[in-house]
Amino acid sequence: MSAPRIINENFQRLLWPLVALGLILLFNFLFTPGFINLEIKDGHLFGSMIDILNRGAPVMLLSIGMTLVFATGGIDLSVGAVIAISGALAATIIRPDYVKGVLEYGELRPLLVVVSIPLIVSIIAGLWNGMLVAYVGIQPIIATLILMVAGRGIAQLITKGQIVVFIHEPFQFIGSGFLFGLPFPISIVLFMCAIAYFLTRKTALGMFIEAVGANPVASRFMGVRERWIKISVYMFCGLCSGIAGLIICADIKAADANNAGFLLELDAIASVIIGGTMWGGRYTILGSIIGTLIIQSLTTTILTRGIAPEITLVFKAVVIICVALVQSENFRQIFSSRLAKLKAR
Amino acid sequence: MKLRLNQKNIPILATIAVFILIYMVGSIMYSGFFSLRVFTNLFIDNAFAGVIAVGMTFVIISGGIDLSVGSVVAFVGVLTAKLIHVYHVHPLAVMLIALLFGAVFGFSMGCLIHFFDLPPFLVTLVGYFLARGLAFLISLDAIPIKHPLVDKIVDFGIPLGFRAWLPAVGIIFIIIVLLGIYLSHFTKFGRNVYAIGGNEHSAILMGLPVGRTKVLVYTLNSALCALAGLVYSLYTLSGYPLACVGLELDVIAAVVIGGTLLAGGAGYVEGTLIGVLILGLIQTFITFQGTLSSWWTMIVIGILLFIFILLQRYLSSTSFTTKRQKIKKMVEIQSA
Repeated sequence: MSAPRIINENFQRLLWPLVALGLILLFNFLFTPGFINLEIKDGHLFGSMIDILNRGAPVMLLSIGMTLVFATGGIDLSVGAVIAISGALAATIIRPDYVKGVLEYGELRPLLVVVSIPLIVSIIAGLWNGMLVAYVGIQPIIATLILMVAGRGIAQLITKGQIVVFIHEPFQFIGSGFLFGLPFPISIVLFMCAIAYFLTRKTALGMFIEAVGANPVASRFMGVRERWIKISVYMFCGLCSGIAGLIICADIKAADANNAGFLLELDAIASVIIGGTMWGGRYTILGSIIGTLIIQSLTTTILTRGIAPEITLVFKAVVIICVALVQSENFRQIFSSRLAKLKAR
Repeated sequence: MKLRLNQKNIPILATIAVFILIYMVGSIMYSGFFSLRVFTNLFIDNAFAGVIAVGMTFVIISGGIDLSVGSVVAFVGVLTAKLIHVYHVHPLAVMLIALLFGAVFGFSMGCLIHFFDLPPFLVTLVGYFLARGLAFLISLDAIPIKHPLVDKIVDFGIPLGFRAWLPAVGIIFIIIVLLGIYLSHFTKFGRNVYAIGGNEHSAILMGLPVGRTKVLVYTLNSALCALAGLVYSLYTLSGYPLACVGLELDVIAAVVIGGTLLAGGAGYVEGTLIGVLILGLIQTFITFQGTLSSWWTMIVIGILLFIFILLQRYLSSTSFTTKRQKIKKMVEIQSA
């Protein structure tokens, strides 16, 4: 009985973000020449829309993790710092002597080592956040602030403040390779999306996450292992940021501890909110992906219009506040009562 | 008179102890560290951060947060520079415009937070994007500030002896801290802010003007940010849209290290002053040391943050707040 209602509810939740994305894309179809063109060169797909997906991949990954953290009533500010740490680690593993001023490459490190160590460290970073939130009981925004401040320092410590450039063919594939004609980052996003979807929607985990977010005390009384749920969610978020860090690092073939992932946490939070996930409770991963797409297509639109890219920030602000207002209960009430008054006249 | 050791005062006492400890270690290790000049430099170099930290203390005591401060500083800096350098507006008028802009900006954020019940971090995140974007809209490059009156203000200062003097920016910082202490302890507004942060529900039931106070807190904070923007442009004599990226985190860290409870309801402006000075001291320490790299600043601030948050957590779980939290939880369960 309730199934159609839930589908309907989900759809309503996604409606406004989809309308916003549709409007931006429509604008581009009409006014940006060549926007809809998709070309196949050497078996790879190229085009503005593929570019939006590809450029948005790191933030999409962040927003998947952030969505789950949001659902438990938390927030993770440290994702940008974790990106920097994971990139810095990968680069220093490839060229361990670079920071000492040795320019020669040592032996070519196997891809597994280059990828796994940063990811394990990212998961540990998530574990640290989760422990602070679940066991020490610090508010999430502050608990993750610690790693946000210290993390970038740690990343710079790893690279000794230098920008470590490298060449490592197998690793670069993560950032700029192609799989089935699509850029590889997109495949990673799809994969992580699928994992998150099956883990949370095909098992009871998703319900537990929502329960913990909606009412932690009640869910503890019901026997949900609230602390473990919180910790695992932060660990998953750490993993997502670690992967995003590898993509960014592999794409530019360098680790920049200062600027890699800088302010991306704000983009991720914005995407999650635009997508319709509110603090604690119901969440939608698809919504967050759409949210990222809105932000990324806005950026691309502004770039193709020839406006200075920094001004994107103003547009981002306007979009976020509009979507947040539409979702705000009070705003709807005020708006609908005004409408009713008008009709009564 | 007997000095009572109230549990509420432990965080601020710990802050003072850390400050004295770092200062002592610095003085023993480096000659010239223990001088009036280094001490006054703390007030000069951290003036803009300190002015914001006073406003941020009120915001955090009221239970909110403001992420937009760094961007507002950058925007005001660029606006000031553009108006003075390109449009030749008189600096006094520019200062008035900047302060008005800050107040209006904070007022609108406060209204969004209060009337539409949006989470403070979301609204101020939008403020962050908006102010930074507007700064870029005005100019993408740094603009110098040159005006006889500005030079006069920069040259003004009170000599303190021992080759030290207190320039205008330091004086502004101290005045704002004193004003903040007065506001928080001796006015109705201050009492209301504490009451709202302690428990918004009971503040409403007590008939306190919750909405007005909340909007005022954000207005005050953004106005202080605008003032900090002016201080910053006096300090650097230029406006740059990328200035003060990440400043909001330093400021929040200073407030927390200063002993303000992040859950709201408890904290002192005096503590914030010491928190700001500690951050400045760490920087001075690393400068004196010479071989330590700048990233150690971030790591040390992170560790200090962690220790102070743990301390707060421990204290709040053993003091009167537990009862309050229990009641809060019971209310939550009943209302759910």
